[in-house]
Amino acid sequence: MSTIDLLREAIRAKLPDLDMVLAWGGDDPLRASPLFIRTESDLENLAAPHLYVSNLAVNLYSLRSKKIGLVVKGCDSRSVIQLLKEGLIARPSLYIFGLPCEGVVDAAKINREIPDAGRATGLAVRSGRVMVQTPENEHILDLDAVLADRCLRCRYPNPLIYDQLIGEAIPVGEIPDLYQDLDEFEALSLDARHDFWMETMRRCVRCYACRNACPLCVCKAHCVADSREPHWLTLETNVSQKWFFQVLHSMHLAGRCTECGECERACPMGLPILLMRRKLNREIRELFGYEAGLDLMTTPPLSTFSIEEENIAEREL
Amino acid sequence: MSVVDGKEPSVKELRIIGFLCNWCSYGGADTAGVSRFSQPTDLRIIRVPCSGRVTPLFVVKALMSGADGVLVSGCHPRDCHYSEGNLYARRRLEVLKRFLPTLGIEPERFEYIWVSASEGERWQTSVTAFTERIHALGPSPAVKVNRYDARLVAGGL
Repeated sequence: MSTIDLLREAIRAKLPDLDMVLAWGGDDPLRASPLFIRTESDLENLAAPHLYVSNLAVNLYSLRSKKIGLVVKGCDSRSVIQLLKEGLIARPSLYIFGLPCEGVVDAAKINREIPDAGRATGLAVRSGRVMVQTPENEHILDLDAVLADRCLRCRYPNPLIYDQLIGEAIPVGEIPDLYQDLDEFEALSLDARHDFWMETMRRCVRCYACRNACPLCVCKAHCVADSREPHWLTLETNVSQKWFFQVLHSMHLAGRCTECGECERACPMGLPILLMRRKLNREIRELFGYEAGLDLMTTPPLSTFSIEEENIAEREL
Repeated sequence: MSVVDGKEPSVKELRIIGFLCNWCSYGGADTAGVSRFSQPTDLRIIRVPCSGRVTPLFVVKALMSGADGVLVSGCHPRDCHYSEGNLYARRRLEVLKRFLPTLGIEPERFEYIWVSASEGERWQTSVTAFTERIHALGPSPAVKVNRYDARLVAGGL
């Protein structure tokens, strides 16, 4: 049986015990949207695994009073672990279908490769190749060329937490994250980096899609960005306000961010904002040897301390 | 830098914000004052209950709003009035210090230190050294952000 059939049967079997199951579905052959499965007939809309782009863990906090089934990829499972660890959701009200993931396709990249991708009627992935069917042609692309950026550096294709694994786990070796993008950025001069953020933030439309797509941004209506008291941000649409918001978001995720990349994917302006989060993650890894969302037992490093810090030197002036 | 010693200030004063904990560093600064140690006057002190009260965002907000430097000072580790506030602060502020260069802000503009209420002299040397460092760096690039915003408003971008 194919993965999608296995998944459909697994959900069908568990559906009577659950209020709903979160998965991906829809008619668009290049993108799937979140699918809230409440009845068996909803299962017909289930999309194919390579379209499971969004991180459904973003819905868990607001649905925490319900009994939820959730389909997770490796990266999504880290968000779930982080939410559980912080006590934001409870394990008993959650049933997790773990899906080993070969990577998801980025519709924007397909659009760049194929001029008539907008009229695509079907997409299939077989042995490292993507077949895109349009009314006139069948295009064949390399899977690596159209994978989402985060999939190219994916280290956890298999879910780290699940009640049921769909299909076989994908064998993976040790894949280090070399932070090449960050190294390249940091090789720029300080002024160039400053100018980069000025130019990036100038394009920001301050829609807060990055915040709303973030599975760990659970303050929702109580976000300090919207608060008048304390008044962290004004309503001015200038660079300093927008830049400060990004720093605020990043700092609130320091030691929590699992780099699922949803902020950057949700950005309508395509701003490279994951870079800030990755920088903090790298520093946290170096300082505290900690990575978010890998296990349930450890405490996020900024929620704890040690009396003698191994990697923090005594500061003198 | 201007120094309280009766002479005319020789250099234009810069704006340095100091977040000082109520129990140690504010007392330390007070001790320095009572002992009549001469100190640079560039520092504006904001008294906070504990260095653990200082979120890194205080520092970022100050720097982005035009402060030329930010100094956070609390009790020495193990000496916190609330036992552990400064230990949380140390982790957060260290992460912030490493984050600043990626934003294009000189990490030297921000410093965190530990000064106890009895260490008037240590306070004096620290604040003098920090003020000298900020003067060596010159006015903050946040000025550049504001100029950028001004050009934005004027339709130049």
